[in-house]
Formats: sequence, structure tokens, C-alpha cells
Amino acid sequence: MVLTDNLVEIEGVEFRYDVRAVLKGIDMRFPRGQVISIMGLSGCGKTTTLKLIGGQLRPTRGVVRVGGRALHELDMHQMYALRRRMGMLFQFGALFTDMSVFDNVAFQLREHTDLSERTIRDLVLMKLNAVGLRGAQQLMPSELSGGMARRVALARAIALDPMLIMYDEPFAGLDPISLGVIGNLIRRLNDALGATSIVVTHDVQESLKIVDYVYFMSEGVVVAQGTPAQIIASDEDYVRQFVHGQMDGPVPFQYPGAPYRQDLRLEAVGG
Amino acid sequence: MDRKVLDLWVGIFVAVGLGALLVLALQVSNASTTFNTAESYTVVAEFDNIGGLKVRAPVRSAGVLVGRVESIGFDNQKFVARVVMKLDKRYQFPKDSSASILTSGLLGEQYIGLEGGADDELLTDGDRLTLTQSAVVLERLIGQFLYGRAAEGGSN
Amino acid sequence: MDNVIVRALRYVGHIVIDGIWRLGYASRFFFLVLVRSGPSFRRFGLTVREIYFAGVLSLIIILVSGLFVGMVLGLQGYDTLQRYGSAEAVGTLVALSLVRELGPVVSALLFASRAGSAMTAEIGLMKATEQITALDMMAVDPISRIVGPRFWAGVFSMPLLAALFSAMGVFGGYLIAVVLLGVDSGAFWSQMQASVDLRNDVMNGVIKSIVFGVAVTAIALFEGYDAPPTAEGVSGATTRTVVTSSLAILALDFVLTAFMFRGI
Repeated sequence: MVLTDNLVEIEGVEFRYDVRAVLKGIDMRFPRGQVISIMGLSGCGKTTTLKLIGGQLRPTRGVVRVGGRALHELDMHQMYALRRRMGMLFQFGALFTDMSVFDNVAFQLREHTDLSERTIRDLVLMKLNAVGLRGAQQLMPSELSGGMARRVALARAIALDPMLIMYDEPFAGLDPISLGVIGNLIRRLNDALGATSIVVTHDVQESLKIVDYVYFMSEGVVVAQGTPAQIIASDEDYVRQFVHGQMDGPVPFQYPGAPYRQDLRLEAVGG
Repeated sequence: MDRKVLDLWVGIFVAVGLGALLVLALQVSNASTTFNTAESYTVVAEFDNIGGLKVRAPVRSAGVLVGRVESIGFDNQKFVARVVMKLDKRYQFPKDSSASILTSGLLGEQYIGLEGGADDELLTDGDRLTLTQSAVVLERLIGQFLYGRAAEGGSN
Repeated sequence: MDNVIVRALRYVGHIVIDGIWRLGYASRFFFLVLVRSGPSFRRFGLTVREIYFAGVLSLIIILVSGLFVGMVLGLQGYDTLQRYGSAEAVGTLVALSLVRELGPVVSALLFASRAGSAMTAEIGLMKATEQITALDMMAVDPISRIVGPRFWAGVFSMPLLAALFSAMGVFGGYLIAVVLLGVDSGAFWSQMQASVDLRNDVMNGVIKSIVFGVAVTAIALFEGYDAPPTAEGVSGATTRTVVTSSLAILALDFVLTAFMFRGI
């Protein structure tokens, strides 16, 4: 069965805020066990897509299926039951600022399980060890650097061994070393947990190293897709501009405006 | 769950707060002088005029608080005020006791004064006091005084 | 000409509809908080923690303000009453004004600016840093986990704080009238006890403060939850909490007073 191999399926999804169309009909497949990236410029609708998969938003039209279940048919309890099997890493970590690193990672274990404090302690230390921060367990989030906070948040996201891990801009604002560390962790944790990962990012170089498949979005539609090799070899203008960071292309450098000559009043002088 | 320092502070807060409520109840208000309604009996009295008497006004005898006004109504047949009082069970009065509406001080609150009679039988729950004296209405008093002076002047 | 009228109408209409919309949203929020407040009691530790932040940390300001308000009442009351030769009634004046009005109202105003604004800022910041969304994505309901315990802590703390304010105020009045100005101590207390009624004055004051507690915390939590997730959004919401809850306290105080003390 080809269908059941996809953990997440998006079919003909449209989404609009009031009258503004954010997504204009997208189709995506996220096979189990893979790391898939959604790329695009700011405001192209990739974060909205992630929120639709997490069930935070409901599509105006179309279906989002996670584990074979259409999200818009679930009530709050069913949605929460499903979310216990999802992990999410937020752009700036979103750690609970009033709790220590240890308590942050232990949070879901304490909320959702009846495990003893001893067992929770062991599990938390295992997760923290996986991200290399076992020694930082007693620190408060305000004492962490950006990269460390992101790693703690990652440990928290995988606390319940989720089947689906979502990353919202995991590379934003990181130094080159942290960048590589996070990238590696995403790949390693995905394979170790047998999970499926969705990475929303605009960091092309870093994500092309670790992902299995890429969706390119622009202005609410999927404009290109393929494996990293296909993407790098692609001769589509948009992909080329994006991957190679070219200044001008389908995405213009100049914000739309009056002709340059006219703005400088050269017409009048010349005429 | 283990005990934390925070719990201690919250405990102190709750204890002090409840203590303040208790102070307000016992030291500031008249809780110590209110009595249990279960140990009381009801007596009715009719007055021609109750002046400014209010519900929950004190009922005193020889200056001692013996009860409170329970309700005030108007009798449509007799055109008088009907005052229901609750009296403390500890204080017993003869059946022919009299009730009058008095004022504490010149401008103070109005209360009912009970004066014991000489009857052998005592008042019981639901009894009616027949001897009553209405409130002194200041305007009427002044009117009477002026009228009396006028009459005196006329006779001279 | 026509254009101006149409625009003015549109503007007013927009404000009215927006206000009603917000009111409806706030009501639904309040209803949800009540319905989903099970964990606030089942896991009472969560609520105890919030009582610490809302109640215990407001103690100092409440106690000090209560003392000063009582002292001012004693001073002013004595000044006026001694002209009529009834300086002993200063106890009555201090106690009645505190227990009926100033205790619940002033402590609620202080609570709004001390604890209410803190609640709004805290929840607004949690929203701005995506902590609320993170909770929701971890299948933990933010309303029952974050909002509920704060709400009940506020409702529980408010009457205790008001009682402390009043008790402190009476003590302040006592200090000024009896210790400083030489009013007879026995007369001070007996006059007070004779005219302050447990049910009509003290209990009504407690009821008032519970109502204020509900109003202030509900407004503070809603403003925080509804704040735009930016720095300006949170600071604006904090200001709105103090302004709205102060107005709500004074308006509610009028309504409650009209209900409670009309017949007496």
C-alpha cells in the first residue's frame, strides 16, 4: 500500500485569513521515516502549512491527514491525543521561562504520564544527553545561549518519543557551529526514533545536507519539489535564484514602484 | 509532592488573612452582641407611628440589648405599623409589658424600649404587646409646644 | 459633505461592532476558564503557586497602604468630629468607611495594579514567546493549565487582602485617634462595635471584594491572553488591564452598594 506509507498528507488545501489567500491549493506527501523540508521566502505560507499539520489552524478547503486521520474531523480530545505523538520545535525554542532545563524537558512526562519521579529523571537525562546538554539540567532558560536553548527545546520536543517532529525555522539566528549541530541532531534523532520530520526553513544550504525531499513554496503554491540532488541540478529560475542566493530573478530585487527615471525626474529634463 | 518555602509563605498569607477577617468580625463589628436566631422568640407590637425605626434596630430593656426588630409592616385594616421583634430566649417578660420607640441621644438611631409589666404569665412566641407608645416626632413636638405657648398667650 | 457623515458613521459603527465582538470573545473566554478549571482544584499546588504570586507578593503594599489610609481617616475624622464634641465616633467612621468601601475598593485597585498587571504581562509574554502555543502543541490546555489557577488564586486572595487592608486601617485609625490624639480607647472600640454590623457591613464588604477579585483577574487574564504577541502589544495590554479593571471596580462598587445598602 502506497497510501499508508505517508504519515502526513495534504490534499488540495486552501487557506485564507479573512479575504487574503495564504495557501492557494497545495498537495504534499510526507512518507514515514523521512526528513522533509518546506522552503520558501518569508510570507510564502510555509509556517501556515506547518500550523495546519499541527492542527492549530483549519484549512478553508481541502484535507490534512496525519496518520490517516483527517484533522478537521477531530474534536479537542482526539486532537490532543494525536498531539501527544507530535513534537514541535519553535523558532526561538519557546522554553517555559519559569522552569529549569530539567523541568522543561520533564514537563510533558509529568503532564501526560504517571511515571515515578525516578523514571522521569532517567528519561529526561537520556533526552538531554542526546542533545549534549545533560550537564546543563539545572540552568534556567535565561542562562542559555540561543543554540543551547534550541537544543533543550529539541530535547523537550522528543520527550514522548513522537512519531512526527515539526521544526519551525530551526536554523534561524544561530552561529555556524550551532547550525551544524542542530542540523545533525535533526537527522540523527529522526533516524534513531524512527520518526518523520518536517523542517520549515529558508536556510537552503544547511537543510539540503540533511533532508530526503524538498518542497519549494512561493506565494501560497508549491512551485518545485524533489530530492536535494534534483533541487541543486534544477534549472528552474525560481529554484536557482533561491538555492544560489542570486540577487535578481523571478523574485525581483526592486520593490514595485514607479520607473527609476521618472522618480529621479530625468524624463522632464531629457524632454 | 514535597513541601516548599513557597507553601510556607502562602500558609502565612492565608492564616493572616483569615485572622484579619476574624478581627473584623469580633473586634470591629458587633458579632459578639448578635445572638443565635435559634434561641429566640418572636413578639409582635403595633404602633401608631414608628418614626425612623428600621429593620434590625435593637430592642433594649433597661438599656440592655435583648433582641432586634425582625420586620416592619403596615396593617391595612387598622392603619397602624406592625413591628415583629425577635427576643433572646434568655430574657423573659411578663405578658403586660409595654414597648415604646425611643431615640438614643438627641439625634441617634431609634430603638424599641421594653418595660416589664406585673403579669404572672410570661410572653411566648407569637404573642402581641398591647401597650405601645409611638415614636416622638420632633415636628409634632415643636408644633405642640408652639400651640401650647399660643394658648397660654391667649388666656393672659 | 455626505462623505464625511458616511465615514463618521462607518467609524462609530466599526468601534461598536468591534467592542461587542471583543465583549463576546471575553465572555466565551471567561466561560471556558470556569468550565475548564478542574485542574486548578485537582492539582491544587498549581493554584497555591499563583496565590503566592498574586496574594503574598501583594501583602506589603496592601498592609502599608491600609495603615496609612486608616491613619488619614483617623486624623480627618477626628478633626471634623471633635467640633461637634463626638470625637469618640471616629472609631465608627474609620471602621465603617474601611469595611464597607475603602477596604474592598482600594485593595482591589492596588491588586489590579500590582498583581493584575503582572498577570497580563506574564501571559502576554508567554504568548509572544510562543509558550502558549507550545503548551497547546504539547496537548496541554493553556486555559486549564495557565489561566485557571491564576484566576482562582486571584479570586481567593482578594477577600483576604481586603480584610487585611481593613484590619490594618482600623489599627492605623486606632494609633492616630487613641494613641496620638487621646480619644478614649473604650469609647473608640465600643462605638465602633455598636455601629458596625457583621452581616450588613463586614460580610457585604467580603462579598464586594470577591466580586472585585473575579473582575480584576478575569480582565487581567483576558487582556494577557488577547494581547498582540509583540512588545508593544504586551505593554498596551498591561496598561489596559489597569485602566479597565479600575473602571470596572468603581462601577461594580456603585452597583453593589446600591443593592446592598439601599434598604438600610
